[in-house]
Amino acid sequence: MDRLMNFLVSPVLKWALLVLAVVFPLISDNEYHIYVMATAFIWAIAVYGMNIITGYCGQLNLAHGGFFAIGAYVVAILTVDHEWAFWPAFIAAGLAGAIFGFLVGVVSLRLKEHYFAIFTLCVGFIIYLLLEKWEELTHGSLGIINIAPPEGFGLVDFTETVPFYYLVLAFLVLSVWLVSRLSRSLLGRTFLAIRISDDLAQSLGINLMRNKVLAFVLSTVYAASAGALYAGVVRFIGPAEADVVHTFDMITYLLVGGIGTLMGPLLGTLAITWLTQMLQSLEEYRMIIFGPMLVILVIFFPRGIVGGFLTWRGRRLANKASQQGQDGKSQTTVNTPSTPNADKQEAGNNA
Amino acid sequence: MLKISNLTKRFGGLAAVNNVSVEFPANQVNAIIGPNGAGKSTFFNLVAGAMPPSEGKIEYQGMDITGMAPDRIARLGVARTFQTTMLFDQSTVLDNLIVGHRLRTQSRLWDVIINSKRLRDEEKKCRSRAAEVLDFVGLSHIGHRYIADISQEERKRVAFALAMATDPELVLLDEPAGGINPEETENLADLIRKMVKHGITVCLIEHKMDMIMSLADKIMVLDHGEKIAEGTPEQIKNDPVVIEAYLGSEQDVEA
Amino acid sequence: MDLFLQQVLNGLTLGSIYGLIALGLTLVYGILHVPNFAHGALYMVGAYVAYFTMVDLGLNYWLAMIAAGAVVAFLSVLCERLVFHPLRHAPPIHDKIAAIGILLFLEAVVQMYWGADFRRMPTPYNEILHFGGLTIPAQRLLIIAGAFGLMGALHLYLKKTMTGATIIAMAQNREGAFLVGIDANRVAMMTFAIAGMLAAVGATLFAPINLVYPAMGHLLIMKAFVIIILGGMGSIPGAIVGGLIIGFAEALGGFYISNEYKDVIAFALLVVILSVKPTGLFTKGVR
Ligand SMILES: Nc1ncnc2c1ncn2[C@@H]1O[C@H](COP(=O)(O)OP(=O)(O)O)[C@@H](O)[C@H]1O
Ligand SMILES: [Mg+2]
Repeated sequence: MDRLMNFLVSPVLKWALLVLAVVFPLISDNEYHIYVMATAFIWAIAVYGMNIITGYCGQLNLAHGGFFAIGAYVVAILTVDHEWAFWPAFIAAGLAGAIFGFLVGVVSLRLKEHYFAIFTLCVGFIIYLLLEKWEELTHGSLGIINIAPPEGFGLVDFTETVPFYYLVLAFLVLSVWLVSRLSRSLLGRTFLAIRISDDLAQSLGINLMRNKVLAFVLSTVYAASAGALYAGVVRFIGPAEADVVHTFDMITYLLVGGIGTLMGPLLGTLAITWLTQMLQSLEEYRMIIFGPMLVILVIFFPRGIVGGFLTWRGRRLANKASQQGQDGKSQTTVNTPSTPNADKQEAGNNA
Repeated sequence: MLKISNLTKRFGGLAAVNNVSVEFPANQVNAIIGPNGAGKSTFFNLVAGAMPPSEGKIEYQGMDITGMAPDRIARLGVARTFQTTMLFDQSTVLDNLIVGHRLRTQSRLWDVIINSKRLRDEEKKCRSRAAEVLDFVGLSHIGHRYIADISQEERKRVAFALAMATDPELVLLDEPAGGINPEETENLADLIRKMVKHGITVCLIEHKMDMIMSLADKIMVLDHGEKIAEGTPEQIKNDPVVIEAYLGSEQDVEA
Repeated sequence: MDLFLQQVLNGLTLGSIYGLIALGLTLVYGILHVPNFAHGALYMVGAYVAYFTMVDLGLNYWLAMIAAGAVVAFLSVLCERLVFHPLRHAPPIHDKIAAIGILLFLEAVVQMYWGADFRRMPTPYNEILHFGGLTIPAQRLLIIAGAFGLMGALHLYLKKTMTGATIIAMAQNREGAFLVGIDANRVAMMTFAIAGMLAAVGATLFAPINLVYPAMGHLLIMKAFVIIILGGMGSIPGAIVGGLIIGFAEALGGFYISNEYKDVIAFALLVVILSVKPTGLFTKGVR
């Protein structure tokens, strides 16, 4: 039991997951499963973005699905109406995410807590309305078809499932890598201080607006890039992409996996995606289960799967260390960030 | 150190701080007392820049800091603790303290992406500063414990340490002894003396009169937002206005 | 001129419904400081309960309204007890997520029973009245009279009864209210019951001139939030006045500017207001 727990929170898990992800298409002969996995990875990238602003920085952004849709639409409009290739359009989508994120962030992040959540809810809805009503630009409620897939430059064909799977996996790894670096850094700690309290962060000399806007823009770039990849795989999108339900889905993924943890977004997204797949007939009514699950999670397990393990393990290590400390007449110097408890530290960082 | 002139803060019709002028000299304990709702916390909020004053002027080390953003004031060397201690429960004591030194560092997103030398150096610096301040408040032995698992008094000390990690010259302490027992209060008072000994100027809001009287070099009394007295503990104890407005109802004046 | 008056009438109809929904939302916010994202779902459930009572049980309109009010009030209290009460000391992000959970659940349940189709709710008041050049469907008059009647009743309740007075006291000062020994649980439950009842009655009034479908609460709840931000979170007169402002803005804007984009008006207003004043229009103090 103990071994299992240790394994689940150790860095080994990440490598194990990566190896699994790499060999998955080789061991699965079901192309549909590979496709499901690839779309789950895309959502996971967006959820990593949400985790930056909501998990680390503590600001509940309800427009996240809207930014996902913006990324998807930028690719759709540029490739279909302006005949761009996918990759330039992809970069434009990321830029659009950054620019809109900056503009929305500068206005909305001056608002506290509830006001911010309500404001972003409305922003998400405005995005939805614009996508639906601004027909000249967005083709209105008909949506956009025949979106260009990512070019493989003659080497690979990304319209095929397996190559696309590896492409998305590469982006996912990049996303997780950046977040992991961020969460362990001083910048990540700065975001965490803001999550504890605006007042506290300011009293520690932290510039609230600058840091919140940075976290927000990072999160919208993640969302827009994920949306752009999504457009490249489904190749047909409509205003429903911006429906607030997608934002709610992502909150569910985040909460199940563990808000503010490093592996939480991925594990939560995968868990729920496959759960939904298994209960195929339930697809439409999944919220009958997921709705109460959200409530139960925030009441009883607010830190999700990963957070729960981390707390459990961190406590144990702390207890063990303090016992040792007493035995050895308090030899525990505090500034030993180093070897023996390296992952304990990560527990703290991820918290 | 701190010079306040005609400071006023209104919330709607209510003047929470009303035309207060006072000077707090460096390197000593300056206490602010007064009944609940007298405007003490608001006074701190104004000094720390957490809210802009309606009127008046705040000078810190001869510099006009009125209306300055709180993070800038913090970088000038003003640290504070809050009436309710805010820490990150799901993380260890040491981890909570590392961010305290962030304001003395420069690293940005780019440093994070390339894992620059500057970032690594600064992280090391923040970490060792955290260890130092933890040692300063006498909690080295619980650095790896989770905040959720430590006592109320230890939490207060961690909050002190966090304030200390910013390398302050002036520290504002809002009711540090609230909710802890007399013996621990005495230990906390010793810690405050130690801070002063290390060259830090302390401003302190407190209800526990015996603590104030033994600790403070200067006391200001607020009532309904107005300064009704200031002076040494001796003077305050015998001030008829203060006794009537505030101390009169307190049992432990003579303690 | 008549066209203008017609729009004023439409604005009044919309505004009074918006006011009712916002009133519940603002009461709950005032007491618990929870922005109840599930409030729109309660409104939607109210409409379905009324629909069910009238169409499936064949009972009359007024009984349907009472049934909807009672069921949703109960549901609302249940939410308070099972969800918001346990979360009262949790970080602010938690109760918002929990409210979203409730919303998703209620919508899914309704959709499972009734499907996602749009339904039209019948009303016994189909007459069209004529005053000079104005045509006024009777149901609209009923909406206006009903909504203002309810607001009046609520006013009396809050002013004249003990529980009502404590609700006001708690909304104004939570800590103070606890000090003088108010039974906070009872007040919270009462507030949720009233909010649910207002939403359900509002839904029963409004549904006949609108459609009934599972997502019908989405737009409305967002507008209700805009309204209470406009009127000051927790303020009762603010909710009513804000409701009327948005109602008129939409009716007139939809007619004179663009019907396509009339739903954007409320949100555009919100964006402008909060950009200028981050704490809302009529708020006192700093936060
Ligand atoms: N942000 C605020 N908005 C409105 N009123 C406030 C705010 N902060 C404090 N007050 C009011 O100002 C007065 C003084 O409060 P405070 O400074 O907290 O008193 P103290 O710390 O002396 O107990 C109180 O009446 C309080 O209600
Ligand atoms: Mg105070």
